[in-house]
Amino acid sequence: MLMRRVGVLALQGDFAEHIAVLHRLEVEAVPVRLPSELNGVGGLIIPGGESTTIGKLMREYQLTEALNGLIAEGIPLLGTCAGMVMLASRISGMDQQSLGAMDIEVKRNAFGRQVDSFESDLDIPVLGQPPFHAVFIRAPVIESVGDGVEILARLADGSPVAARQNNLVATAFHPEIPHDLRFHKYFLSFVDRKLEAKAA
Amino acid sequence: MDKGTWTVKTGLAQMLKGGVIMDVTTAEQAKIAEDAGACAVMALERVPSDIRATGGVARMADPTVIKAIMEAVTIPVMAKCRIGHFVEAQVLQSLGVDYIDESEVLTPADESHHVWKYDFKVPFVCGCRDLGEALRRIGEGAAMIRTKGEAGTGNIVEAVRHMRAVMDGIRKLQHMPEDELMSEAKAMGAPFELVQEVHRSGRLPVVNFAAGGVATPADAALMMQLGADGVFVGSGIFKSSDPGLMAKAIVKATTHYQDAGIIAEVSKGLGTAMPGLDVKTIPEDELLASRGW
Repeated sequence: MLMRRVGVLALQGDFAEHIAVLHRLEVEAVPVRLPSELNGVGGLIIPGGESTTIGKLMREYQLTEALNGLIAEGIPLLGTCAGMVMLASRISGMDQQSLGAMDIEVKRNAFGRQVDSFESDLDIPVLGQPPFHAVFIRAPVIESVGDGVEILARLADGSPVAARQNNLVATAFHPEIPHDLRFHKYFLSFVDRKLEAKAA
Repeated sequence: MDKGTWTVKTGLAQMLKGGVIMDVTTAEQAKIAEDAGACAVMALERVPSDIRATGGVARMADPTVIKAIMEAVTIPVMAKCRIGHFVEAQVLQSLGVDYIDESEVLTPADESHHVWKYDFKVPFVCGCRDLGEALRRIGEGAAMIRTKGEAGTGNIVEAVRHMRAVMDGIRKLQHMPEDELMSEAKAMGAPFELVQEVHRSGRLPVVNFAAGGVATPADAALMMQLGADGVFVGSGIFKSSDPGLMAKAIVKATTHYQDAGIIAEVSKGLGTAMPGLDVKTIPEDELLASRGW
């Protein structure tokens, strides 16, 4: 089996939870705070946290350029909650800067304040059955998507909360919080495919 | 759709990890904090060093102040209620704050009982001086813990003492044989089930931040290296000579807490940190950390 090494952006947020999930899946996980720590990673995760904080620290330490370079090479990247905001090309009603790599428009804090944070079972066809128990914390929502973006999951009211564009995967919820590894396994399938393509 | 669950309460604290939560008293200060990279702000009428200087009874902030701060920023807004003052907590919940700090910085409303935090949908953070106190607060429903330190002093010594006490308590429980846990729970005054949980997992069941005396980037990194999940800065930002610069520096030092080169870089030319107080010169009845139990 190919050695899988996934970088987890560790500027702020629940990066330790993502690292713990990767360890349970026997994947090497590297916390990334500086561009030099991206060497040799076959995939990347931007965790939950505060997108304003993560965005500022990314720019201060030249990670924006480094990540955009890797994205241009097609590196598989999973963004959860704040990570989804960082991937979006448009953020409703704000001039907040992001990587802008995915052709989606997201709205931050779309459900209201913390008292409106919630948990809910989601049908995610790419994961099959049973439904995935999803945790939404001051969560964003996807307001619109461009061509070439596949919507992976919707809430009961139809709002899109997970999407994929090529090797970029984004969720409004936190797959790193419940003890269900299926979403990370799904993401790692793109890491594996990319590694196999490179090896071939 | 379940709201106000334990998972979403503790989950927000997980999202704050690795970040800095800053005390602010106006919408302008809240913007400065957000622009500097704060992961949340604490809305107050006065920062702890002013509360200490003014004396008298310190209470929940005016809702006008809290609302103005909530409207100014997109990051989470916390606010403080007095220990045991569950009506102040009800008011803060109705205002829509994202976290309530049941805080010893305000004058306690109840000397025997803390708020029963399970009655609320909004999560609570509480202060502690050691593991027993942390587990008592978690037992009452606190979804996040912080050290008490000694707020408003700009002196890190008490926060270090409290963080070391919590970490030492965890290590002790982790290596204790099972048949000694009940007696230890009795000695610590902590709920037995939580003592068992710490014994099994080797960690607190909730996120634990440092608070009370953080005044410089090095102070923040010190607390992170001692095991804090993140840092509260009270008077340390807006009582320094250049709050925006100090705030940015403390944010960077908290992220890069293991990188002395970066901490050195961000510590350059910050101006004057807040004036500090020697905790030993404070009369015992004016110490904030001994409020609550």
